[in-house]
Order: sequence, then C-alpha cells, then structure tokens
Amino acid sequence: MPEALRLALLIAAKDLRVELRAKTSLVSAGVFAALVLVIFEFARDPTAIGATELAPSILWVTFAFAAVIAFNRAFTTEKENAAFDGLLLAPVPRGSLYLGKYLANFVFVTAVESLALGLFVLFFNVDLSDALPGLVGVMLLATAGFVAVGTIFSAMVVRTRFAELMLPVLLLPFMVPPLMAAAQLTSRLLGGRPLSEMAGWLRLLTLYDVVFITLCTLAFSTVVDE
Amino acid sequence: MTLDLDRARHLMRRGKLITLVGLCGLAVVYVLALQFTPIEVRQGLAQKIFYIHAPSAWSALLSFSLVGFSSALYLFLKDPRLDRFAASSAEVGVAFSVVMLTTGPIWGKPIWGTWWTWDARLTLTLFLFFLFVGYLTLRAAIPDQAERARFSAVVGIMGMVLVPFIHLSVYLFRTLHPQPIVLKPSAPSLPPEMLRTLLTSFGVFTILYLGFVTLRYGIALAAESHGDDDA
Amino acid sequence: MPLTEAPLLEATGLVRAYGRRRALRGVDLSLAAGETLVVLGPNGAGKTTLLRLLAGLMRPTGGEVRVMGLPLKSGDTNARRPIGLLSHQSMLYDDLTVAENLLFAAGLYGLLSPREAVARALEEAGLSDRAADLPRNLSRGMQQRAAIARALLHRPSLLLLDEPFTGLDASASDRLRESLRAETIKRSGMVVVTHHAAEAWELATHVGVLVGGRWAIRETRPDNLDHFLRRYQEAVRA
Repeated sequence: MPEALRLALLIAAKDLRVELRAKTSLVSAGVFAALVLVIFEFARDPTAIGATELAPSILWVTFAFAAVIAFNRAFTTEKENAAFDGLLLAPVPRGSLYLGKYLANFVFVTAVESLALGLFVLFFNVDLSDALPGLVGVMLLATAGFVAVGTIFSAMVVRTRFAELMLPVLLLPFMVPPLMAAAQLTSRLLGGRPLSEMAGWLRLLTLYDVVFITLCTLAFSTVVDE
Repeated sequence: MTLDLDRARHLMRRGKLITLVGLCGLAVVYVLALQFTPIEVRQGLAQKIFYIHAPSAWSALLSFSLVGFSSALYLFLKDPRLDRFAASSAEVGVAFSVVMLTTGPIWGKPIWGTWWTWDARLTLTLFLFFLFVGYLTLRAAIPDQAERARFSAVVGIMGMVLVPFIHLSVYLFRTLHPQPIVLKPSAPSLPPEMLRTLLTSFGVFTILYLGFVTLRYGIALAAESHGDDDA
Repeated sequence: MPLTEAPLLEATGLVRAYGRRRALRGVDLSLAAGETLVVLGPNGAGKTTLLRLLAGLMRPTGGEVRVMGLPLKSGDTNARRPIGLLSHQSMLYDDLTVAENLLFAAGLYGLLSPREAVARALEEAGLSDRAADLPRNLSRGMQQRAAIARALLHRPSLLLLDEPFTGLDASASDRLRESLRAETIKRSGMVVVTHHAAEAWELATHVGVLVGGRWAIRETRPDNLDHFLRRYQEAVRA
C-alpha cells in the first residue's frame, strides 16, 4: 500500500476510534437529526402534504445540519494537548492528513445520514425500497462534496474563538449547490422519474465533487502549515 | 511607520476625491434617469430603480472577482498589500450587494407583485453577499495577521470557484422548472436613451467602487501603522 | 581533507515576518550531533517562533532550515524523520490510552516493529503498568513521561524542547534531566528553549540569547552561571 494512503487510513482510524470512545459528536448529531425530523412531522398537515413530497427537503435539511455538527468534531480533538502539532511534526504529507480527516468525516456524516434516513422511514411511514439504491448513491455523491469543504473549513475555524458559530456561516454557501442537486435528485428518485431528467444534476454533483476535493486537498497545506 | 501613515493619508485623500467624483456622477445619473430617459411602457416609473440596481450588481461582482484574484496572487506573492486590498474589496462588495438586494425588492414589488424572485442575478448576488459576510466574519475572528491573510486567501479562492457552480445550479433549477416569464431588462431592444443612462451608471458605479476601495485601503493601512491589529 | 559532513541541524538567515512586523530578523544556527544548545531570551524575543521553525511547524518568510542536510519543506517529509519535539503540551489524545497513543505515533513514523518500540518506550519511561490508562487520568509528571516516551519513540537524532520543565515538580524535573542526559550520551543534538537557565545549564554545550528576533549572545556554554546571568540581563536591557 502506498505510504501516503497508509498514513491517511491510520489517521482516519484514529479519528474514528477517538469519536467512538468520546461519542459526543455522534450522539449530538444523531439526536439533532431525530429532533429535526420530529419537528417536521408535527409541523405539517398530513392530509395536505404527503410525506413523499416533503421528503427531499426534510432529509437534506436534516443531513446538512447534522453534517455541520459532525464537522466541528474533526479538529477540536486535535486542539487538546496540541495533538495536531504531533501530526504536523511527523513525516506525514499534508495530502494524507487531509484525506485521513476527510475519510473520518465522511464515515461520520454518512452514519448520521443513514440513521436519519432510517428514522425518517419510521416516523413518516414512507416506503423507500424502490428508490433506495439511487438514494444511497445520491447521498454518497453529495456527501463526498460537502465533506470536502467542511473538512478544510473546520481546520480553519478551530483556531477562532467561536468555532461552532463560524463554521455554518462560512460553510453554507458552499453546501448549496450539492444540497440543491441532492434534493432535486431525491425528489426525482422518489417520483420514479427517468434517468434523463437527473442527468444535469448528476453532472453538477460529480463536477462539484471533483473540483472541490481537488481544491481542498491542495489548499489544506496552506491552512495547516503556519 | 510614519511613511505608512503618510501613504495611508494620501490614499484616503485620493479615495475621497474619487468617491466625490463618483457621487457627482451619481447625481448626473439620477438627473439623466429621471429627466432625460423615457418612462418604460409596461413598468412605469418603478423601472427607473433599474439604473441603480443593475450597476450595483456589477460592482458587487467586480468586488468579488477582485477579492478572488488578489487572494490567489497573495498565495503566490505573500504580499500583505494584496491581503489588505482583498479585505477592502470585500467590505465594499458587501455594501454594493446590499444595495442590489434592497433595490431588487423595491423594484420587484410594484412590477411583479412579489418582493423576491429567484432569478439568476438576485440569487447570485445573494450568494455573493453570504460569501462576503463569511469572509469578513472569519477575518474578524483571527487576530494573527499572517494566519488571517492565509485563511482569507483560501476562502477567497474557494468562493471564486463556487460562483460558476451557483450559476449552474440556478440555471438547472430554472430550465427544469419553468418560471413565469420575468422581464429581462438587459434585452437588446433598449432604446438609446435608456442604454445611455445605463452605461453611464455602470461607469459611475465603477468609479464609486474605485473610490471606496482606495479610501478603505487607506483606512486599513492607517490602522495597521497605528499598531492596531484589527485593520 | 576530511569530507565535510552536513551538520545535524543548520539554519541560515531565518526570518519570520508579516509586512513590517518581524518575529525573527535573520537568525543563523548550526548544531552538530552530541551538542545541546540552550536558547534564552525575554518574552516575545522569538524563542518559540525559532523552535517551531526548526521543527518544521512554521514556514520561514526568509532563510532555510536543513536537518541532516535535507531542507525542511512541507512537500518533502523525509527531513522530518530525525526530529523529535517535546513541549509543555503532551500532544497526546485524551481519549486514547497511553499505549494506543504511542502505537499511533509509531504508525505515523512508519516504525517497522511498532509494538516492540512501544513496549520498550513504555518501559524506559516507567509507564508499563499505566499503559492502558488515559492521559487525563495521569498526574502531570506521568503525563510528561508519556509525552517524552512519544517524543523519543522513533529515536530522533534531533530533539527540540520548548520549555519542557514547565509545571514539573523537583523529582519530575530530575527525571526529565536524566532522560535528556541519556539522549546526549547517544549523540543526539538538542535545542532547549527555556526561561530558566539553571534548569538546563548542565546539559548545555552551547548557549544563545535571543533579543528582539536576533542573537544577542551566542557562544559555547561558559562555566559560571551567575556571571552569565549578569551578561544576560545587560543584553536584555540593551
């Protein structure tokens, strides 16, 4: 295995282990997602609006906010005891460092998304079985994109005073294109629309992922090396 | 240090002068728009806000592009002046975005009956506004100058890369969701007087941009040479 | 003519500045294996900046750092291998046990037999029976020992220490001094940034005083500490 990849996986594994021990972010994000779903359920009039029409909005709003909670975790643990210095000191290429953090974030966010999706099916009594493979594909594709931006921004804001407040302010404009695409695609998937109607959004999403994953990997060194 | 302060004062004077010229130009535009330009047939008097609305969008976009470019240059050249310029441009840009975003609804309500539409220009400017706010909020939260410049530069470049994606998203949204046909004021069939007023206004707003940025840059330089870290 | 060997650590013309503000204004440094340089200076003189530049945690605005002849750049990671850093922060994760922390560090440095290296480091630090504890449950002295174990795990030839004696009681300080002495016997090079000349005086072969981002004094370590301290006061006042 190339050394750069081994180091990235080592760092990702460490992040996951730390989070599974501490559990704080996973639990907050999960509880938050459940809360949002409950509010959506009690706020709507079930006779007027079907759950399927509302599903894309509910799901993607929930995913977005839960993701922001998850991102804050990525670098706050590194602040304790100046642990991040230990990572920067070691012969770890900055690209591997970014990739490791990215992978850990990706796993967290998709875990919370899966939980939220399960809760959605439960609370709203919606049958997603036909759309599920496509839905999972859209979730992965969109998450890949905004995790890229979330990872680098959380590296920046961790050094500011109000990191948790700063992150959404910076991040949300960047999350709109993938969220919009994801919501549109979800809506079409649930409506059983043909693939041709989704092609444009899929292209947008893929392009966004490629561009921003590359850009963020390259820019990471500038952010973490003083 | 006093050299910087002198230069700052010089820039501020220059900036004030340019802004004054711009403001005179703005007065000219008002006169042109109200007195010497025909009233648009379908929209009536409300349409005249357009001569402020469209150019302020242009200035906002100009501000933003320059934030992006000087951010990119800063990362290569590491010249603090580029960072100072980017910050000044961002502040000026936020002001112009607000002008555009407020004149939009003022124009829209009497004509289209709604305060807001998600047309391409308004949506884009709204995002520029959010990007500016994020950029400036981040800057305000970082005390160390070098770190602030580095982080701002990254955000600036990323913002610049984001703009085409916003465009694309709005375009996809609109083509797949037919919207009620909105008036397109930049249609080529503008009578010559309107075109003249519009172009004059674009020029005036560009001058205003230059004036404000020069002035703001001078203020930033003065604040820094006074040892104030929050320039 | 003997072949000249690249010194263990070499810094030339180090500048760290932003615009008009300069934390370091042109600092040179050369360290051979077995030498220990103690860096003193008032607050704000640039000591921590210098150390972070030498560790590769900061990039200089001007000048260069070379470790064993290799330039320290964020692109090239090999130059970082011989470096070990010990600061007053432990760089340990509070949610991982001491052993897990060390295993992680072993992985970062690509050590070939990580478990053996970790077991050995734990034994040398006297922490073998605390290996399954979390750092936050250890006393400050033990945390420092764990931090030392982490810093020395990959057998660095160049040890950089930033105020390592901070917050340590007498016995912990002695223990640290012993560990460092053991390192010098192994022909490592050390740079110690400290406020208290006395703590590291015996270990030092060279001493430097940074004032206002530049060397005010730089020489081999004199024998008389009191005399030196007087000169230090004068240099700082100047």
